[in-house]
Amino acid sequence: MISKVLFMDGYGLYVWSSFAFTLLSFFLLFVVTKIQYARERKKFIVKFGNLKSEKASFAKSQSINKQILSNTSGF
Amino acid sequence: MFKYFEPNKIFSITSKAPKYVLFLFIIFISIGLTEALILSPEDYKQSHSVRIMYVHVPAAWITLGIFASMTVLSIIGYIFKIRNFFLISKSLAPSGFVFIIIALVTGSIWGKPTWGTWWAWDARITSMLILALFYLMYLLVWRLYKNQDKIFKISALITILGIINVPIIKYSVDWWNTLHQPASINILSKSTIHPTMLLPLAIMTAAFALFSLLIFLMKYNTELIKIKNKGLDRL
Repeated sequence: MISKVLFMDGYGLYVWSSFAFTLLSFFLLFVVTKIQYARERKKFIVKFGNLKSEKASFAKSQSINKQILSNTSGF
Repeated sequence: MFKYFEPNKIFSITSKAPKYVLFLFIIFISIGLTEALILSPEDYKQSHSVRIMYVHVPAAWITLGIFASMTVLSIIGYIFKIRNFFLISKSLAPSGFVFIIIALVTGSIWGKPTWGTWWAWDARITSMLILALFYLMYLLVWRLYKNQDKIFKISALITILGIINVPIIKYSVDWWNTLHQPASINILSKSTIHPTMLLPLAIMTAAFALFSLLIFLMKYNTELIKIKNKGLDRL
């Protein structure tokens, strides 16, 4: 059973390499996108931290800024 | 109607959605891979190599769907001057590009045992390669130019020119004598694919669609944070 799934009557190399390439592409795209997101969010937090109190409270009045700071996405 | 597409309003949804989409994707891809690699039957002609279809076809379908969506968004965005539509379009492009690369590479791998060659300049493959170039041009425009009006104009133009290629891809197998077989799945007439193969294909398509949605949401959230970063600079 296992060898049949692995070798697939000689087509295993083609089939497994196609699936491996697809999943690897998914993984890389996910990781790169996640890194870009984390980098931008970190930049935002640093900039927000450097704001003076009045500007910070003004910026915090926007709900989107609050959501970015609270990281509701979990990513 | 377009006020509902305001970034401030949709961020509350797009920022929470990725974890749920990722959860659904993991479920669908797990079932899909089990069906595609183990449970689905082999083809009477192509034997086990037919299993490549379960990654090749969904990738091709979704990349075409993404490009069509990008075109619609770019045209509406350009006509009504809705910047957010360009952001949505920009966020869709990376997954569309990766899907077209997957379609080309897995198609090439499938070609070797089926046609005896890794590559052929047949109408379907060539038109898909041209679409990949349009994706690449679109992504490069966002990287190379700084002027937003210029980016909106050029990116809209690229999608409009690229969309001409989409029906060519779809009907290339009917219009020209190609190595590809005609479509096995038809919406308007009876499909010629067996249900035991249609099921894994449908599950894998759903999994791929969920993955593109996940990447879109993450990219879109990143773009919104980028805008907000610029907003903080101006304070």
